[in-house]
Amino acid sequence: MILQRLYPLRLWPDESRFDFMRLRHLSFPLSAALSIAIVFTFLTMGLNYGVDFKGGTLIEMQPKEKGPSAIAAVRTKADSFGFGEVEVQEFGAEGGVSLRFPIQPGGEAAQGVVVEKARGEFGGAYNFERVETVGPRVSGELVQSGTIGVILSVLAVLAYLWFRFERELAVAAIIGTLHDIVLTIGFFVITRHEFNMTSIAAILTIVGYSLNETVVVFDRTRELLRRYKTMPTIELLNLSINTTMSRTAITSMTTILSLLALVVFGGRAIEGFAQVMLAGVFICTYSAILISSPVLIYIGVRSGQRVPAGATGAAAAQPAE
Amino acid sequence: MLRFSRTKVLLTLGFLLAGVLLGAPSLFSREQRQAFVASVPSWVPAWLVPSRAIVLGLDLQGGSHLLLEVDQADLLRGQSLTLRDDVRRSLREVGITPEGGIQLTPRGVQIRVTDATARARLMPKLRELSQPINNAILGPTGARTLEITENPNGLIQLLFSEAGITDRTRRAVEQAIEVIRRRIDSTGTVEPSIQRQGTDRILVQVPGLQDPSRLEALLGRTAKLEFRLLGDTGSTDTELLPSRDQGGARVPVERRVIVSGSELTDASPGFDSRTNEPIVNFRFSLKGAQAFGEATTQNVGRPLAIVLDNEVISSPRILQPITGGAGQISGRFSVQDANDLAVLLRSGALPAKLTIVERRTVGPGLGADSIEAGKLATIYAGIFVILYMFATYGVFGFIANIALLVHVGLIFGLMSVMEATLTLPGIAGIVLTIGTAVDSNVLIYERIREEAKAGRSVISAIQAGFDRAFATIIDSNSTMAIAAVILFFMGSGPVRGFAVVFILGILTTVITAVTLTRMMIAIWYHWARPKAIPF
Repeated sequence: MILQRLYPLRLWPDESRFDFMRLRHLSFPLSAALSIAIVFTFLTMGLNYGVDFKGGTLIEMQPKEKGPSAIAAVRTKADSFGFGEVEVQEFGAEGGVSLRFPIQPGGEAAQGVVVEKARGEFGGAYNFERVETVGPRVSGELVQSGTIGVILSVLAVLAYLWFRFERELAVAAIIGTLHDIVLTIGFFVITRHEFNMTSIAAILTIVGYSLNETVVVFDRTRELLRRYKTMPTIELLNLSINTTMSRTAITSMTTILSLLALVVFGGRAIEGFAQVMLAGVFICTYSAILISSPVLIYIGVRSGQRVPAGATGAAAAQPAE
Repeated sequence: MLRFSRTKVLLTLGFLLAGVLLGAPSLFSREQRQAFVASVPSWVPAWLVPSRAIVLGLDLQGGSHLLLEVDQADLLRGQSLTLRDDVRRSLREVGITPEGGIQLTPRGVQIRVTDATARARLMPKLRELSQPINNAILGPTGARTLEITENPNGLIQLLFSEAGITDRTRRAVEQAIEVIRRRIDSTGTVEPSIQRQGTDRILVQVPGLQDPSRLEALLGRTAKLEFRLLGDTGSTDTELLPSRDQGGARVPVERRVIVSGSELTDASPGFDSRTNEPIVNFRFSLKGAQAFGEATTQNVGRPLAIVLDNEVISSPRILQPITGGAGQISGRFSVQDANDLAVLLRSGALPAKLTIVERRTVGPGLGADSIEAGKLATIYAGIFVILYMFATYGVFGFIANIALLVHVGLIFGLMSVMEATLTLPGIAGIVLTIGTAVDSNVLIYERIREEAKAGRSVISAIQAGFDRAFATIIDSNSTMAIAAVILFFMGSGPVRGFAVVFILGILTTVITAVTLTRMMIAIWYHWARPKAIPF
């Protein structure tokens, strides 16, 4: 009996006719406020850049013998090296300590002394599990290639969408994607997660996922546009979302499940990436439904013609093939 | 479309099975794989035996990663010194003495010859010094190594051209890679990977290396060895160099090099028979032995200067001509120092100083933990998604789950064939694609449901579901693939590993969704003859 009630498992009722477009009066102000807040905090607090982008030395070490956390002693000693401001943090469960030294003056060749000194001082009591030193030149290049990568991917996808869809849909999809990038960066700013090359990978994956979500809805919008030539825009968009909602719910669920597995079991080295991705899936699902689609109300869905919000029965438009 | 000929079914299954089987070697250790390949009878063609396996990235197996950069300034300085000697020879040939000698500039040399006729005789000689630059693929490029300018006031400048510097850097990187390989090999390290990166960088990856400081010491030295003579203070043909004998004090050394390190044929660490001090024994080539023999014969009683990277490491007095072509270097070495120096001398000198611009080391414990955690996450993600899909779609969910397993198998298979590197972000990529791979199936199934609800028969709903979902699958996966490809090209190391997995994941999910799922549903339909869509 229970089995019968459980199966088939549906997260979203069929034949739903929910008015998603009305929620834009909530989602637009919310996203606008969030974006402004993020830009503000980004400018004031900035990101917690890792050594990839800031340069310097990162050391993660585990005590050879388990004991009470000696983080205070480590901090005092590391400060006494005279290598500038050291960030000392606990990591993992078993007394692990991570140290982050800033870049040392004197160019590329001057960076090696930090590790040498730290090995000498801490090598007796700790195992060095991860040591990363990035010089000033490489970190500058990584910042550059990371930024170029994100911009390029947005442009490339814009080109693809322009080619495959109508211009309006492409523009709306990109607005949604930019929204997702901003909110993901906001997640980094607020949680103080370290921002490094893996974070760029996470952002690009979120770009991909965001478009994936949007494209599924827009594919349906395009199809419905051809089928119902005179349907008002809002109704059309609502129908697109309602008919794809069960799929959106299931796919988000499977993605969330696999990311949860990664957060819980993936180990401390991948935890950060998984958490960001998890947040990204929520952001992307939200924006595909409540940002990208309603944006179309304002920029119009039918090529070459602006449909005012709520306008009824616009003249039959040529569906762009 | 729901009819599949038996041949087609077998072909598809065989193809997918082969793909998955190709991943099998990755489940075994290197020794097991070698034993397996050896045990296969010789009549089986080699390409049929799956032997390639995924390479674990340094972040998973532990090891050191060093990014070295050729020091352009140092390279140019060395080049300028050679150029100065060439110019000096040219001047001697035409019998001209420039006013103020030959001056070194940051990018070349300059001389002043105010006599116009003398200049006219000299210029052709100087122009010969500028070599055409050849490109390995395109042949002559038209560019030359030097830019020679002649000023009416008598100033002649010979500067290295942009193209010349690039070309020289490129060759320096090639030479340096060879030298580095010899140096690392002679330390007995297993499987180092040494690759060029960009125009002036070299990436050295050494699996399993815990503390790279010895490696850094080995690679950070140019190891330019020169045998010269100590000179007299104040002479123009000498330069002042720090001396290890005298606690770093500067001593005058003749500029003339009797024999350089490139004339060594062998070097090995040893101990001095009298003092028991660690030393390095060496042997000269025939040409080197001759030059050294002559010089020592002429200068008996004078102190020799053994110069390593512009430091006098010892200055023994020449007691008698050394014509045997062998000798020893002492220099207050520790045993380790002597060992390293022997390695460096055997491997040859680097064309220029190398600077370490990036170093990353991961301990083996962390790597092993990451692999364990990755396995666990993959298994749990798989179980969650499989249960969820089954709960949602029943039989169809079961079919999607088989496709999912094949999809993961295919990723491993393709990665094995490509001998791609699996990194920690790569594992994250696999876990993530477990979640997103079923999306294609979900798109198809939801479409089938809709079509059935719209009043189509089961068979026609299935057919329409596949047909109509196909465009959406292509569009949504293409956008993902674009982001992944860009990630591949701009990322490095671990991030690139993630991109590889992601691209392969997108490929295999499309393939399994449109071939395998379709076929399994067709077979199920013919077997079950359902009256309604079962979900």
